[in-house]
Amino acid sequence: MTNFEPTIIAFVCNWCTYTAADLAGTARLGYPANVRLIRIMCTGMIDPKYVIKALLEGADAVLVSGCHPGDCHYINGNFKARRRIKLLKEILPRFGFKDERLRLTWIGASDGIEFAETIHMMVAQIKTLGPNEARTTMVI
Amino acid sequence: MKTAKINVKDGDLLTTLRDFFRSILRLEDIGAILVPQHLSAKNVVMPTLVTDPKQLNGTDPLAPVFPLNAAKIVSRLTRKPMGAKVAVVLRPCEIRAFVELVKLKQGRIEEVVLVGVDCLGAFKNGDYIQIVGKKEGDFTSRFYKDALSGKKLTLEGFDLAPACKACENPVPNGADILIGLFGVDTNNQLLIQTRTPKGESLYDNLDLSDSEEPSERPGAIESLVHERTAYRDKMFAETTEATNSLEKLNTYFAECINCYNCRVACPVCYCKECVFVTDVFNHDPVQYLRWANRKGAIKMPTDTVFYHITRIAHMSTSCVGCGQCTNACPNDIPVMELFRAVSYHTQKAFEYEAGRSIEDDLPLSVFREDELAEVVGIGKA
Repeated sequence: MTNFEPTIIAFVCNWCTYTAADLAGTARLGYPANVRLIRIMCTGMIDPKYVIKALLEGADAVLVSGCHPGDCHYINGNFKARRRIKLLKEILPRFGFKDERLRLTWIGASDGIEFAETIHMMVAQIKTLGPNEARTTMVI
Repeated sequence: MKTAKINVKDGDLLTTLRDFFRSILRLEDIGAILVPQHLSAKNVVMPTLVTDPKQLNGTDPLAPVFPLNAAKIVSRLTRKPMGAKVAVVLRPCEIRAFVELVKLKQGRIEEVVLVGVDCLGAFKNGDYIQIVGKKEGDFTSRFYKDALSGKKLTLEGFDLAPACKACENPVPNGADILIGLFGVDTNNQLLIQTRTPKGESLYDNLDLSDSEEPSERPGAIESLVHERTAYRDKMFAETTEATNSLEKLNTYFAECINCYNCRVACPVCYCKECVFVTDVFNHDPVQYLRWANRKGAIKMPTDTVFYHITRIAHMSTSCVGCGQCTNACPNDIPVMELFRAVSYHTQKAFEYEAGRSIEDDLPLSVFREDELAEVVGIGKA
């Protein structure tokens, strides 16, 4: 348990959070390698099944991150994402997936520092939470 | 809202209803009526689309069975203008499902007159077939007489479907015209009530004498709803306990074979092509091997629990609790119990009630600029 390294799947929007992650890299900020970035064009593209799939496959946490409300490159994608994440947060904890395993954040393109900090914090949180049950269970 | 009473002879509700439906069909602007009827073939009750008033003799909207949620049929009939008005006789859950389908742009209400009947509940399809079997005789009358006199409804050891026992909407509030049974002296009368302007204009063309709602009705409905809600809450607690971890969820769906009957039977599962039957789920054979290598063993077919959780995510905000999913499952998995238990919460989260009103927006089709701030962020360090 002490050597548990969580795996976090991060769905990040191309225009804001992915750019922030890129900035964190360019500025040599460094953030934990636990995160696996998946670049999507907009958080509005997130179908609930991507999050469910990630958690059932054994990911210890999922981060969905995009532009701030009002700044979405496609105007309203992030508003839709917010409702969908709310829906998922009502459903997933009922099946044993703790609320902390799904996070939604708004990280703008110039917020490289905030991105690195968010990842650091999430990894710390999930380390205390422990591994996802799906890692060891045969998921039917 | 107008109210009338129509006379019933010796508690024979079916004959009265048949005459009432005939009178609706004879109206000039009504082209057809969709109504559950006994098919001459077997002791089976199916929705029938009738234009000839002489072919309404097998009409039986009180039979305690509904093999499918007729909202899907009304959706088929109203997909495009039909050129005539159709009266549809539906249970409250079918009306609510149809309201959801209209909001999902899979039905239109313009040419439809919704005739709702107070619902006494139904048996599961398999149970009804066993009860009624090869028996002759008027099973429906025996059923509704027992139901309306408050007798406990177990026939030949079978109980009503859990979906019906947990249903807090026995009164078709969304109908244009309501046929009332609860709190009514059904040995002698049936209650007819209008609920909408459309219902009222139909009512005015029928030869009905205005009357008043019986004073016992609100109380009778309240006590029935109270009983149903108590059963519902118990069902929710048991189901939540049985599914609150991945291991338990696996057990709950252990017999699932991915036949997708539950999806086909569901009136509000709205995708014309479900993603689970597309190539997205035609995994590369090597992928199965990878999964099997990772865990040592995998159950085949894969994506069972994934399918159910995804279906919950996609349609739970529209779930009306009709129970057709459980009815349709070949392996008797209590699908409705789980879907209702989760849907109750997802609908509450958006302050939404499926089927309550055509004016309510579907929760995932709208958004506000400032809302749900509690969903954002990663909490305290």
